[in-house]
Amino acid sequence: MATSTTPPRLDRRASSTPPRAPRRVGFSQTLGRWDVKVSPYLYISPFFILFALTGLFPLGYTAFVSMHQWHLIGGQGPFVGFENYAYILQEPNFWKSIRNTFSIFFLSTIPQLMVAIVLAAMLDANLRAKTFWRMGVLLPYVVAPVAVSLIFGRLFSDQFGIINTLLGYVGIDPIGWHSQPFPSHVAIASMVNFRWTGYNTLILLAAMQAIPRDLYEAAVIDGASRVRQFFSITIPMLRPTIIFVVITSTIGGLQIFDEPRLFDQLGQGGPSRQWMTTTMYIYEVGWGNQKSFGRAAAVAWILFLIIIVVGMINFSLTRRISTDNSSKSRKKVKR
Amino acid sequence: MRKTTRKMWAAAAGVTGIALLATACSSGSGTEGEDEPSEGGNITLTVATFNEFGYTDEMFDEYEASHPGVTIEHKKAATSNEARENLNTRLAAGSGLSDIEAIEVDWLPELLQYPDKFVDLTDPELDGRWLGWKQAQATAPSGELIGYGTDIGPEAIAYRSDLFAAAGLPTDRAEVAALLSENGGGWDQYFKVGKQYTDATSKPWFDSAGAIWQGMINQIEAPYENPDDNSIIATENADVKAAYDAVVQAAVGDNLSAHLQQWSDDWNASFQGENAFATMLAPGWMLGVIEGNSAGVTGWDIADVFPGGAGNWGGSFLTVPAQGANTEAAKELAAWLTAPEQQLKAYASKGTFPSQVEAQKSPDLLGSTNEFFNNAPAGEILVNRSEGITEVYKGPNFFAVNDAFNNALVEVDVNGGDPAAQWESAIQAINALG
Repeated sequence: MATSTTPPRLDRRASSTPPRAPRRVGFSQTLGRWDVKVSPYLYISPFFILFALTGLFPLGYTAFVSMHQWHLIGGQGPFVGFENYAYILQEPNFWKSIRNTFSIFFLSTIPQLMVAIVLAAMLDANLRAKTFWRMGVLLPYVVAPVAVSLIFGRLFSDQFGIINTLLGYVGIDPIGWHSQPFPSHVAIASMVNFRWTGYNTLILLAAMQAIPRDLYEAAVIDGASRVRQFFSITIPMLRPTIIFVVITSTIGGLQIFDEPRLFDQLGQGGPSRQWMTTTMYIYEVGWGNQKSFGRAAAVAWILFLIIIVVGMINFSLTRRISTDNSSKSRKKVKR
Repeated sequence: MRKTTRKMWAAAAGVTGIALLATACSSGSGTEGEDEPSEGGNITLTVATFNEFGYTDEMFDEYEASHPGVTIEHKKAATSNEARENLNTRLAAGSGLSDIEAIEVDWLPELLQYPDKFVDLTDPELDGRWLGWKQAQATAPSGELIGYGTDIGPEAIAYRSDLFAAAGLPTDRAEVAALLSENGGGWDQYFKVGKQYTDATSKPWFDSAGAIWQGMINQIEAPYENPDDNSIIATENADVKAAYDAVVQAAVGDNLSAHLQQWSDDWNASFQGENAFATMLAPGWMLGVIEGNSAGVTGWDIADVFPGGAGNWGGSFLTVPAQGANTEAAKELAAWLTAPEQQLKAYASKGTFPSQVEAQKSPDLLGSTNEFFNNAPAGEILVNRSEGITEVYKGPNFFAVNDAFNNALVEVDVNGGDPAAQWESAIQAINALG
């Protein structure tokens, strides 16, 4: 409405008072121009201002701290350049934490994604009491991670845990869940999977329901089996969602903290750091015995770079695999 | 025109909204101090403790009644580690601490490096209230007293009389004490009796190598650091190496240990298990832990004896962080809470053994018995056990060094690691601290 009425008015004024018009019109035009040019930025600015405050500034400040000797309580010390980074890179515990982080990451993300896709496909089928099953899948996500860790910590106790007792019935020797690196990673990954599989299932399910049903109908007419439909239609069509899920679980998986920290009472990641992840290492360096914020900040930055690199590798991998699949399937559907 | 004004209003509103958002954080912290006027009027004092200090609501009510205008809030953390992390983080941030913060002796030395972060609690009137070594622990090299002592942990031996009977050992607490005091009553005697027990029953004698380690280290005068300059001497200290070898020999060589990590889920569960251990080193506060984990188990008792003389394990202090708004009032409350009368009430409620000289002479304490431990005269035993405790020097790296040795012992005792290799890795970890 307003847009159609304003221009003529301005024109009339401009014609009635020629000498003053240029200034006045000029100003309101400037305002108008600002309005058009500036206000969109203004409207999106809350996000960016908040991001700068809570994301960009801490990132920069962490880099600043990492270049200094910086004690938790004593505060800022002298500038040391990349000394903190050099120190961290020659620390055996840092490399242990990287090993643990990636081991737990692979043990959790890959099975989790596979199970989530299969579960989503099953929930996508014509089930009775659909909402019940869907809510049931999400239930573990609602449970607080601390509670999950406490319960699983007990299940995986070395001497009195249920899992080792059950394994004993089958004739398997008790496994040192808290003493050897790999079993402890499996135990922690199982907590992560318990918590996050349902969440990813629902995201994938939502994407699955957006797949046009006529594709499946066409496939059925072509005589494709259910399995074939799943691999040739469902998975390629889920591509963007899979990329999203993979990237979020990469970020989450590489920053895993709660579960390993609460895996035993001391929260150090084991007596020989069997399950200490990199975020726990940051905590140990910054708030633990060394109380060195500078070194902790350096680890944080190294972790940031690692996540970016792994995220990009993931992105390109998922994209390529999905593209291959989808192009093949398209050809086949055409035939 | 109309369009422009409307948009301008919207933009103005948007800008104001953002400005408000951006200032929200700063105004929030600004008003905090204004809630609590420091002079006159009503003030709220927060007291942060961990585990069980034994302070009851009745005690706080009593103080509030005698000090009109004062309201006390009590915050409890579950573990001492949690309290330490909270304290470190907020001390670093410069705000957010309670008016009174409880700290434990093992991480007190870290804080003694920063006496200016705490109010100097020196008060001539309170001289002589605490045992000399207790007060010395909280005194900074420059002379400030940063904490008032609450409890101490004089150690006795807790044992299962039913398991002793099954192994043919004496069960009466005086006889047990006499048995463990033979041959000078050192650690060798404790391990020797343990070997007899284990040979007879093939059950473990004590719970964890880490616990024995604590007991031994708390008897060495300056185990890890040189008192003169705080340099780390743990790696060359012959006493420390001897203690390590003795613990490893007893726990793994003679297989006296139940191979558990203290405070782990397995450790908690083992009190109830069939393969339960027969003895434990028991500082005063441990009695409550044993009782809590042993529901349904009868036979626990306490013997008035401790290998190698007296020893202290744990104990805490109340400090007043300098960042608080009402430090004077907080100091007064801390002094009141650590007075002998209040500490006796805390002992009655949770068994925290007083560090105050006068409280230790109190008939209430000496006459107290512990029903769970076969009505043992716990007060009298702990008073006897507190005699002859000497100050163990704990410098700023004590916690970290002790942690490294504990980790090595867990690897050896619980996970079956190689003692020599684990000693090496502990040394490496300690060298990384320097």
